[in-house]
Amino acid sequence: MSETSKQAVQTTGHAWDGDLQEYNNPLPKWWVWTFYATVVFSIVYWVLFPAWPVGKGFTTGFKEITYKTSSGQEVTTHWNTRALLAEEIQMGAEGVKQREYLEKITSSSYEEILSDPDKMAFVRSMGKVMFADNCAACHGSGGNGVMTLYPNLVDDAWLWGGEIDDIYNTLVHGRKGYMPAFTETFNGEQANDVAAYVLSLSGIEGDAESIKRGDVIFNGQEGGCYYCHTHKGTGMKSLGSANLTDKIWTIADVPGVEGYDAKQAAIKSVIMNGVSREMPAWEGRLSDSTIKMLTVYVYSLGGGN
Amino acid sequence: MMKHESIETNAGLLIVLTLFVISIGGLVEIVPLFYINDTVEEVKTAEGHDAVRPYTPLEQAGRDIYIREGCYLCHSQMIRPFRDEALRYGHYSLAAESKYGHPFQWGSKRTGPDLARVGDKYSNDWHVQHLKAPRSVVPESIMPNYPWLLENDLKYSGIAENLKALKMTGVPYSLSQEEYDANVARFGAEVADTLDINNAEANLMAQAAKGNFDGNPNRLTEMDALVAYLQVLGTMVDFNQYDESYFVNFR
Repeated sequence: MSETSKQAVQTTGHAWDGDLQEYNNPLPKWWVWTFYATVVFSIVYWVLFPAWPVGKGFTTGFKEITYKTSSGQEVTTHWNTRALLAEEIQMGAEGVKQREYLEKITSSSYEEILSDPDKMAFVRSMGKVMFADNCAACHGSGGNGVMTLYPNLVDDAWLWGGEIDDIYNTLVHGRKGYMPAFTETFNGEQANDVAAYVLSLSGIEGDAESIKRGDVIFNGQEGGCYYCHTHKGTGMKSLGSANLTDKIWTIADVPGVEGYDAKQAAIKSVIMNGVSREMPAWEGRLSDSTIKMLTVYVYSLGGGN
Repeated sequence: MMKHESIETNAGLLIVLTLFVISIGGLVEIVPLFYINDTVEEVKTAEGHDAVRPYTPLEQAGRDIYIREGCYLCHSQMIRPFRDEALRYGHYSLAAESKYGHPFQWGSKRTGPDLARVGDKYSNDWHVQHLKAPRSVVPESIMPNYPWLLENDLKYSGIAENLKALKMTGVPYSLSQEEYDANVARFGAEVADTLDINNAEANLMAQAAKGNFDGNPNRLTEMDALVAYLQVLGTMVDFNQYDESYFVNFR
């Protein structure tokens, strides 16, 4: 087939189109041996780890993992990623350390946590991450909320209370903030009057007559605003009704607009459209120790009392 | 005996043999999953029904919008069994949780966060606001705005056909009384009602009216469907019911 010639490099022995030949350059030795090594590796791997399907199961391999069930029983099973995760969470260095700290948080009172720099350092670092993962979507990564939509956690106004226990309850059970829409109760004029009265509660004065009429509606049966906001306009923690006298606005963007008319319109819009907001409950989604830790974190953001 | 030369000089034979050789790798990894007993975990509710159910008509319509808008390009729905993912997203995803997803939405690219357990995490209002204008609630977000979801009426006239197509792939929606009864036994009456293809449109509208997912009770928009879908993601299995080793035993 081929014309054997005495070349330095051998040919493969094929010839195409009469005289087209191919040099035979074998693969380098290091490459061939590396290839053989990967074959040996794969056989070792098959023996140690889950590998080959057999019937309705598979070869599980001889490597084992031991972890604890939630009832404290030790279980040894063949290597698999789920058992590996259980083991890592229970016995991995980071998991153990984190759990140690979380247990400290669980077993300490709030006063103890707040006065212990070591525990607070943990609350700040883990709290920051958990807050970013779960709370920041609404409240912002710094906790400053979104004007008109979600409460600011770093100012002094707390609709549902800013004490430790209030924050804990809010996290565990969630909150449903509701104010009815008064669009069928008030005509435009009346809503303007109530808005003027609400503005006057925080010292933004407008037409005295209008404020007087708004006062009557607010504190009378017609509007009944005082049911939730009280006669003084300070709101009620148990209902999550806003304090209208503290000059802090979260739902009507009063500070964000210029001019009296625009401020009045912002409040009127809230009166006419009502408010319906929901904070989800975190019980079940987050562990109790994590919720406690987040409670301290939110408390320590510096807002309110 | 077949010589190497005869393969190399016969293009048709070469193609067939090449396809055969390169498909071995895939076949060996994929085919056994269909008959290995433990591939899909068995998860039940406290009442003994199947915990993972097919999507309701509204959720399924939302899922179609999810796919239409290409959400999967940036969001995965697959929490892997790693500690960092468990801490951030919650329990790792089970095979059972996506057994009725056609096509599944696992994904491997996370430009945005994983959504496998986003259900019930945020309020409906938040989802509406966030889909309409993500940066109005998360200033650092790079997600595009989807304002048209609120403006478009949901087109649901094809939902029954849609469910029928899924039924052909093995999703247990029911057409006959027999199938309905089987679903009652498997999922409970309340869920079985939502899986009845004969009432698909009525069920879709009832769920949208009850849930009012887009915040506007007078309209049935694409936002209603998408938020209904997002709010059910990862919520079907109650993990408090199971010891961790239960799921380990399936691997």
